[in-house]
Amino acid sequence: MIEWLQRLLGAEAPPAVSHTPAADPPSVAQSGPTSTATGGEATETLARQLALVIDLNVCVGCHACVTSCKEWNTSGAAGPLADENAYGADPTGTFFNRVQTYEAGTFPNTETIHFPKSCLHCEEPPCVPVCPTGASYKRAEDGIVLVDYDKCIGCKYCAWACPYGAREIDETRQVMTKCTLCVDRIYDPKLSKDDQRPACVKACPTGARLFGDVKDPESEVSVAIRERGGYSLMPEWGTRPANQYLPRRVTISAVTTPVDAAGTAPAP
Amino acid sequence: MNPAFSVIAFTTIAGAAQGLVVTLAVAMLAGSPFSPGFQRTALLLAAAMLVAGLGASFLHLGRPERAWRAATMWRTSWLSREVIVLPAFIAVVGLGWLGGVGSPVAPLWHVLWSLLALVVAALLWYCTAMIYACLRFIEEWAHPLTVLNFVLIGMASGLLLCAALVVFTGEPARPAVTWAALVATLLAWAGRRRAVHRNAGIRHRSTLQTATGIHVPKLEQKSMGMSAGSFNTREFFHTATASGLRHVKRIAELGAFALPALLLVVGLLTGAAWAWALALALQAVGLVADRWLFFAQAKHPQNLYYQVVS
Repeated sequence: MIEWLQRLLGAEAPPAVSHTPAADPPSVAQSGPTSTATGGEATETLARQLALVIDLNVCVGCHACVTSCKEWNTSGAAGPLADENAYGADPTGTFFNRVQTYEAGTFPNTETIHFPKSCLHCEEPPCVPVCPTGASYKRAEDGIVLVDYDKCIGCKYCAWACPYGAREIDETRQVMTKCTLCVDRIYDPKLSKDDQRPACVKACPTGARLFGDVKDPESEVSVAIRERGGYSLMPEWGTRPANQYLPRRVTISAVTTPVDAAGTAPAP
Repeated sequence: MNPAFSVIAFTTIAGAAQGLVVTLAVAMLAGSPFSPGFQRTALLLAAAMLVAGLGASFLHLGRPERAWRAATMWRTSWLSREVIVLPAFIAVVGLGWLGGVGSPVAPLWHVLWSLLALVVAALLWYCTAMIYACLRFIEEWAHPLTVLNFVLIGMASGLLLCAALVVFTGEPARPAVTWAALVATLLAWAGRRRAVHRNAGIRHRSTLQTATGIHVPKLEQKSMGMSAGSFNTREFFHTATASGLRHVKRIAELGAFALPALLLVVGLLTGAAWAWALALALQAVGLVADRWLFFAQAKHPQNLYYQVVS
């Protein structure tokens, strides 16, 4: 909060953390909480930060993650997620994870990119300090940002504070809800090992969603981020999202890519 | 942002009440307090307005029965701090009314109360404005002008309210208050013009490219993933058209600042009571429109993700 005030007093000055637009992977701690200097300020990093890595190269936009997430969370202990006028003219409801579709480039050189987005479990979550009741909190043991439904007063301030639009109010229960990283699955000993991961990760047919500890250099997610150039969304705001996205890879097909007269394929 | 009427009502009513109390306090400190009867009436009115504002703000909550919890996170949340300072200010106003401000009591008490009222009113304006100004990615709000305008608008509306009360309660005439209301209204006008002008010229740091990490010059959304609305499409969009927005801008400028200033000049020149009444009525409407504009002009970066139904 203090740094925000300082930034505010600096009016139009850019945030303390400066980085290239493309890559801003989460800091990989050596062991235990360490102080890393970001733009001159010391910040504590968590020992363990669970997160998702979304591979935009293989997501086909099937929405299996959307439906499995909704199914799991609507049948959970917190009660059903809002699903109003489902068959009516103007349905509305609460989803923790949504998949959007973007088109990049100009015809005929276009690419359709399907873009799943849920709470990014930021390392500096802007939604946590603004909550007046303390219902919004980040767990120290694994970095998951959660909402305490018993404390939430539904003032929507945390949703205003999230630049990604990751938090939605449940119209029926009138409390704020968001991706829980399936915290009720990953630690449940009664589930099989295969089920002890987020519903969306399990449901994805193309393996576009990876789950793990981004602070562990050898975890599946850390390896993917390192090797594939995982990046953060909206790095300009210094929220340091834990969820990372893997970019599209260009693949040249030997069979269908047309070559020019000299016999060389176009540059990617 | 979608302007919520309960928040608009709360901030404008409370701001005017704060301005009224500050006017009373400043008059006392300046050595020319209002008559005891007037002060009691004004403080009662201010208290009623603040309580009404507080009640209106409850309408914004999904779970108002738990609203007491909102005071617990004052260490980090500006909303929490406001939730503490607002009842504190109501208490200060009530204290003034109960303590017979203006009656023949030790002058020290008057001075202390006035200073307390000034400090808590300033604190309340600051907390209320910082609720919006601390959201660094809403670039229209994250600027010192937000704080300044909350104070200026509060003072302008409070001074005008006080001036009108003087005229209509038979209190001995106070041209100084009307002059101050005129100056404050003009300053508030300038402040809001500056803010609206700044908003028009902001080059937002977040683009679809930074929001998705797909750094291609031509990038557009083809589908936001659902065919009907959701919280994300309602809470962060005002649903007015561009021309509707322009109308509101005109109503705000005329109603909140231009016409009241003109009417105050008329009042100063002619002494006609209707001038103050009309100015008050117009400013009430204009300030609601202006606060609506304050919310409507804020472009939340999450809107980048919700553009096209497909």
